[in-house]
Amino acid sequence: MNSEATHVLSRRTADIVKASLGRRHAAERRFRLYGLMSIGAGILMLVILLVSIFGQGYRAFSQTYVGLDVSFDPAVIDPDGGRSPEALASADYGALLKRALGELFPDVTERQDKRALHRLISAGASYAVRDEILAHPELVGHSARIWVAAGADVDLLEKGYFDRSAAEAERRMKDRELAWVDRLKAEGRLERRFNAKFFTAGDSRDPEQAGIGGALMGSFYTVLVTLVLSLPIGVAAAIYLEEFAPRNHWVDFIEVNINNLAAVPSIVFGLLGLAVFINFLGVPRSSPLVGGLVLTLMTLPVIIIAARSALKAVPPSIREAAMGVGASPMQTVFHHVVPLAMPGMLTGAIIGMSRALGESAPLLMIGMVAFIVDIPHGIFDPATVLPVQVYLWADSPERGFVERTSAAILVLLAFLILMNGTAVYLRRRFERRW
Amino acid sequence: MTKSTLFFVLVLLCLAAYRFGRRRSLAVASGRIRNLHSLPGYYGFFVALWCGVPALILLVCWLMFEGPVINHLVISSLPDELRGQSPEQLGLVINDIRNVVGGKETSATNPAIQAAAAEYLRLRSLSDALLAAVALSVSVIGGVVAGQRIQPSLRARNKVEGALMFFLIACSLVAIFTTVGIVLSVLFESIRFFGLVPITEFLFGTDWSPQMAIRADQVGSSGAFGAVPLFTGTLLISAIAMAVAVPIGLLSAIYLAEYATPRIRAVGKPLLEVLAGVPTVVYGFFAALTVAPFVRDVAQSLGLEASSESALAAGLVMGVMIIPFVSSLSDDFINAVPQSLRDGAYALGATQSETIRNVVIPAALPGIVGGILLAVSRAIGETMIVVMAAGLAANLTGNPLQAVTTVTTQIVTLLVGDQEFDSPKTLAAFALGLVLFLATLALNIIAMHIVRKYREQYE
Repeated sequence: MNSEATHVLSRRTADIVKASLGRRHAAERRFRLYGLMSIGAGILMLVILLVSIFGQGYRAFSQTYVGLDVSFDPAVIDPDGGRSPEALASADYGALLKRALGELFPDVTERQDKRALHRLISAGASYAVRDEILAHPELVGHSARIWVAAGADVDLLEKGYFDRSAAEAERRMKDRELAWVDRLKAEGRLERRFNAKFFTAGDSRDPEQAGIGGALMGSFYTVLVTLVLSLPIGVAAAIYLEEFAPRNHWVDFIEVNINNLAAVPSIVFGLLGLAVFINFLGVPRSSPLVGGLVLTLMTLPVIIIAARSALKAVPPSIREAAMGVGASPMQTVFHHVVPLAMPGMLTGAIIGMSRALGESAPLLMIGMVAFIVDIPHGIFDPATVLPVQVYLWADSPERGFVERTSAAILVLLAFLILMNGTAVYLRRRFERRW
Repeated sequence: MTKSTLFFVLVLLCLAAYRFGRRRSLAVASGRIRNLHSLPGYYGFFVALWCGVPALILLVCWLMFEGPVINHLVISSLPDELRGQSPEQLGLVINDIRNVVGGKETSATNPAIQAAAAEYLRLRSLSDALLAAVALSVSVIGGVVAGQRIQPSLRARNKVEGALMFFLIACSLVAIFTTVGIVLSVLFESIRFFGLVPITEFLFGTDWSPQMAIRADQVGSSGAFGAVPLFTGTLLISAIAMAVAVPIGLLSAIYLAEYATPRIRAVGKPLLEVLAGVPTVVYGFFAALTVAPFVRDVAQSLGLEASSESALAAGLVMGVMIIPFVSSLSDDFINAVPQSLRDGAYALGATQSETIRNVVIPAALPGIVGGILLAVSRAIGETMIVVMAAGLAANLTGNPLQAVTTVTTQIVTLLVGDQEFDSPKTLAAFALGLVLFLATLALNIIAMHIVRKYREQYE
């Protein structure tokens, strides 16, 4: 081939390349756009998720209260006149509230109407009155304005969930009830307040009385058991595997096991808990103890893997220096390597705990889904945890539970953000480059 | 003395033993540490271990055997007409006794049960007292004997380190015990289940209705345990999830690894990973309350028949959940492709996207496939989203707008609530658990094998 032919040929190649260049660059731009779009799609999903849950949930942090002028009639509260705390605690405060409502709306006489009237306040309102009297026994015989929680429908109406303009037959609240609420409002007897009870009360069938207090304590005890068990065991296992274990088939087998357990579906751990801990070892069902045991097994792989990489990050020179001044292998590890790896291990532990806090599937298997009103006071009491409470409320048909569920999710997410934020902070603060 | 006080007393004894051992070691060395084999603290630990460990082992064993032994004694103290009952009724009696002991309201007014409850209480306090006496004496004897053995030549450090090493090894064996526990617990119950329902019917039957009748003559009393609709439902939802997660996850990983400026990467990567940190129950709530009605409305506006609990809604949300798994694993593997391969492609005149499509992705493919397999195993085992959004109807269908049910959903529905431990209904859950465990195990092993092989390739 002579030089002229090569020249022609190369020019032709250049032409072909040039001709296709526009198309190729367009493909390049498209490809780049696809990537950007998928990141955008992922983030968009996150935003939609958070916004929809926040939008449904923030209103549960306030609660509508009704102010009633209750006259604390001694004949009802304490006919014997002894004023003993027992008598005060067991009096019929519901009757007082009903009387107060009746005085406000004297024209309501029909039995059915009265029942509707009584639904304006929460079924648990009498307990609030009782607590007020127990705190101030001198009120007996006087009359005072008491603020009690409004019924679920009034609360939802006040928060704007009901469409007032809909036809009466399709409305949950009829015209008559709307008129009552409007009158209460006009008289300044209706108020939205911060819903502190939501954080302290146990579960309830009535949305306006239900709170996450019990679930929070249950979660606390469960995560506590998990932390107390999984941190020492996980760190010890990591130390053995990383610092002492010989290279042989046994140790390989342990490692394969750990990696595999990290990927086993969480519900299988629930089956293990049911068969081994509850049916075989007789650990009390529904207790934070058995929940913590199951979650320990589940989070161990996470903690072991994190702790191993923290140990791996400590440079060998530290170990050599310790050995050089006469430390035993055990002293080297526990006096020098582990303290340096501690921040990394703690970060891993916090991440493991945040996973345990959000986990619910295995806990369904071991009975932590029961309807539990009492707040647990120890690791042997029946309890439920926050994510399971979310699951339970999500199943409830009452309209009022939707916002409670979302609010419980917001609290759960707040805890998770707090824990992960701490982990990130620890990592940034104590991370050392050798 | 209750068990928790006993525990605290034992802890205090150990602390005292530590101080005692330390002091004694200094005393036998006449105050000069260099006469001792080990540092004084090790002698303290040595005594404390002898003081605490045998007593704690005793405590644990006692706790395990106390319940059954007391039950047995109480039963044998019952009058004959109560003792002669069937095991189930005897269980109820025991339960009644426990309720009386716990001070709960019960319907049991039978004086025999009241007497048995008193007997139960007596035995329990006897057992507590006995345990306290035995445990404390074991603890003290252990401490004293160990204290006697302290001499300057005692190799206390080696002994303490030996005990510590034993603890470390035991902890690393927990992983093996967990696996063994999982396998045994699902295997035993499954074998019992396959004794009641033939394994072929379970694996190949197409009818799933596990409701057992209360009376034998009721309609449909047999219960049907053909799990094929569950398998297809699981696969359908997982396939939808992967159809969402793989393209989005992979493309974001490519963009983050190859195109993104450090700034976009620093923001985008953590934001995507937040998706993995959201609890699954939150996704389930979102799927059931927001996505499912949306899917139904869209389908109806297109003139399609859609169930309010569609496979599509559950699958879509599950896909969103899995995006970060796919993207972060793929990101790792794309970053592991050596720069020299890219440089080679650029030198031939390829554009960046051509390099990625024709060089980087094929080179990273095994790792990406491994990551996707791990994501599939996650989708199959995911529980809360499908429990809350996919429904319970065991339809054998490929239509994503219909309700389907999955293996995990059925495990939950079969095991939540009251259960007898011997009914096929409960055992079926364990058989499903076995299938789930084996399927995810196979996927994980294959994935880990591929990933490991690929990692070695460029190292």
